[in-house]
Amino acid sequence: MDFELSDDQAALAEGIRNLCQGRFDIETIRGFAESGGVDPGRWKELGDTGVFGLMATEADGGLGMGLADAVLVFEELGRAAVPGPLVGTFLAASAVPAALAGDHVVSLVEHTADNAAGPWMVEHLDAAASVAVLGAESVSLIPAADLAGEALPHPLDVLTPVSRVQSLADGQEIGGPEVAADWRHRGSVLTAALQLGLAEASLELGVAYAKEREQFNKPIGTFQAIKHLCADMLTHVEVARAAVYAAGVHFDQPDTGDAVRAASVAKLLAGQAGDFCGKACTQIHGGMGYTWEVDVHLFLKRSWVLDTVFGDADDHTEAVAAFL
Amino acid sequence: MDLRYTDAQLAFRDELRDWLATALPEVAPEPDRHDWDARRRWDTDWQAMLADAGYAGIDWPTEFGGRGASPAEHLIFLEETERLRAPYVGVNFVGLGHAGPTIIAEGTEAQQADHLPKILRGEEVWCQGFSEPGAGSDLASLQCRAVRDGDEYVISGQKIWTSFAHIADYCELLVRTDPDPEIRKHKGISWLMMSMDSPGIDIRPLDTVLGSSEFAEMFLDEVRVPVSNRVGDENDGWRVTMVTLSFERGTAFVSELLGSMKLVEEAADLARQVTRNSATAWDDVGLRREIGQIAAELDALWALTKRNVSQAARTGIPGPGGNVFKLRYAETRRHLGDVSARLLARAGLGIGETGSHSRNDPIEERIYALSLKIAAGTTQVNKNIIGERVLGLPKG
Ligand SMILES: Cc1cc2nc3c(=O)[nH]c(=O)nc-3n(C[C@H](O)[C@H](O)[C@H](O)COP(=O)(O)OP(=O)(O)OC[C@H]3O[C@@H](n4cnc5c(N)ncnc54)[C@H](O)[C@@H]3O)c2cc1C
Repeated sequence: MDFELSDDQAALAEGIRNLCQGRFDIETIRGFAESGGVDPGRWKELGDTGVFGLMATEADGGLGMGLADAVLVFEELGRAAVPGPLVGTFLAASAVPAALAGDHVVSLVEHTADNAAGPWMVEHLDAAASVAVLGAESVSLIPAADLAGEALPHPLDVLTPVSRVQSLADGQEIGGPEVAADWRHRGSVLTAALQLGLAEASLELGVAYAKEREQFNKPIGTFQAIKHLCADMLTHVEVARAAVYAAGVHFDQPDTGDAVRAASVAKLLAGQAGDFCGKACTQIHGGMGYTWEVDVHLFLKRSWVLDTVFGDADDHTEAVAAFL
Repeated sequence: MDLRYTDAQLAFRDELRDWLATALPEVAPEPDRHDWDARRRWDTDWQAMLADAGYAGIDWPTEFGGRGASPAEHLIFLEETERLRAPYVGVNFVGLGHAGPTIIAEGTEAQQADHLPKILRGEEVWCQGFSEPGAGSDLASLQCRAVRDGDEYVISGQKIWTSFAHIADYCELLVRTDPDPEIRKHKGISWLMMSMDSPGIDIRPLDTVLGSSEFAEMFLDEVRVPVSNRVGDENDGWRVTMVTLSFERGTAFVSELLGSMKLVEEAADLARQVTRNSATAWDDVGLRREIGQIAAELDALWALTKRNVSQAARTGIPGPGGNVFKLRYAETRRHLGDVSARLLARAGLGIGETGSHSRNDPIEERIYALSLKIAAGTTQVNKNIIGERVLGLPKG
């Protein structure tokens, strides 16, 4: 047993982190708002790096890695707040070679019993080539051009444009109940990994500001109320990290723990970490925290967006309780 | 990241299981928790059984009589013993986890030969005399004074919160050997082994909120301790103490955490039996979700424990994970206690009344959880440490 990153895993995470720092710095990302949150050139770079094909088999042009590896990559994408339907495109990559390559953006919408009649809120409809519809028993793919959507004028997260779609055209089924369950499972864990990264982004930003901003002739990080908020952020992040990594490893090594239960734990705690750290970082910034200019609102709102997919806190606390 | 146990670790587990299957039926029933002599005997008898079977000092190096097990094996040991509800480390805690490792790291050969075998066999129970009425969180301001008289120290002062003082044979005692106010306060402290038989020690048990006398006040009036009982150099006791802390390998709360996971399952069972608004409490989605939240946090803390243990195994030093663990664990345990109490409602007005088949009573556990934010460094001090040493924020 060794729950630390292997050398390969550490190199993988560092590689993606470097890519994000170089190609997805926050100023660049803010510019994506003009192009519906996805810049095709940069999206292609993610495909070229292998991001979408991490878990696809080598025969399908993928890298044949595990979910634990993918989690590390998605954590970094979250930390950099890379926008776009990352999880949908990732899950579709085994079935859609162009998605794997980064040439075909796949948005994902859940078709559940609760919203069987629609309307459906579809993210990144303009940038997407296909929309994957994840139902209880199947997954199907609809060309985005076949869907009529009315774009919300003020999406919660400017980098996640949302369209209201009244009816879902018939799609091509690409998987049955097992595929649907697998998508839900891996989708939860990868979304949790994004939220973990977003929580870390808020933690880093908040701590940096606490060291630099001075009031009463000292850095505000000297004050215990601020210091303890920072410690609470770190606690949220490290507990969520353990949960998210464990969910990845249990999926790859089924004998080591219940992977489904772990996925719920991960999604729950990473969402809570993203929320807590986003709010704490806002508070640490005082008035600046309430401005468009400071990046924390991007992290917090993205985490809120991700709360609404693959089950929210209510769903996952229930899911864990069902194991007791 | 790999959570599979190796073949060697699985073999270790199987061997341990075999031994526990034969050993546990020989363990006497757990004594009343107010009967301290019996409690000491129960814990030390178990320690002797462990020693005979080669499991004493599981994490101690073999050259000092320990098993020399890896942190992963240590984890397996704690997992298996808790699963089968073997006796807990109990009164042997300070000796095995604190005094022993300190003597291993900083003691002389003679000190090691005198004490380590006895600690391993449960023949010597230790207590920790660090805190004082005026020195709690600010431990380095301690005032208990030791004056050199030939080859002895003469010690006068007061200690407080000394767990197991009334049944211990030895005390790891922090004293001030250099009272010069000009020197930095950390510099004038020494680490001594004090026999609890020494004349001049007056122990006055303090009742805890549980109504038991877990800890005591200890008044020292010209107690004589041989200079040869000092571990480390004179005035270097603070460093000696810090060395001990670096022995922590992420396993400190494993037994408790696994016990908590059982408690939450029992809370779920209880919820299925309790009636609420003409249905069971488990049918109340709010309560059910709260229990799910607690269970999820405990799962995550178990994963965090494995991360901490793995990190310690790789680097040999404890990372910040232990501090993080303690902060969240204390919160989660409080929440668990509160939910259990809501489920029991007025059936929880007595301790030990609930017919719980758990090792521990949920109401007693609710009260106990209060100490998790105080003992061994308070929540606030822990947050200061994380803020300053881990995140690099400026000191206040
Ligand atoms: C069950 C139990 C067993 C114990 N066993 C032992 C033992 O065997 N041996 C031993 O030596 N000690 C033992 N202790 C003592 C324990 O280590 C101390 O209680 C603890 O370190 C706190 O010190 P204090 O009680 O003096 O509280 P104080 O230090 O007086 O703290 C009071 C309050 O002030 C806060 N505070 C203090 N300083 C700061 C600061 N810088 N910033 C923010 N807040 C601050 C604290 O967080 C706390 O809320 C035990 C305690 C308990 C509860």
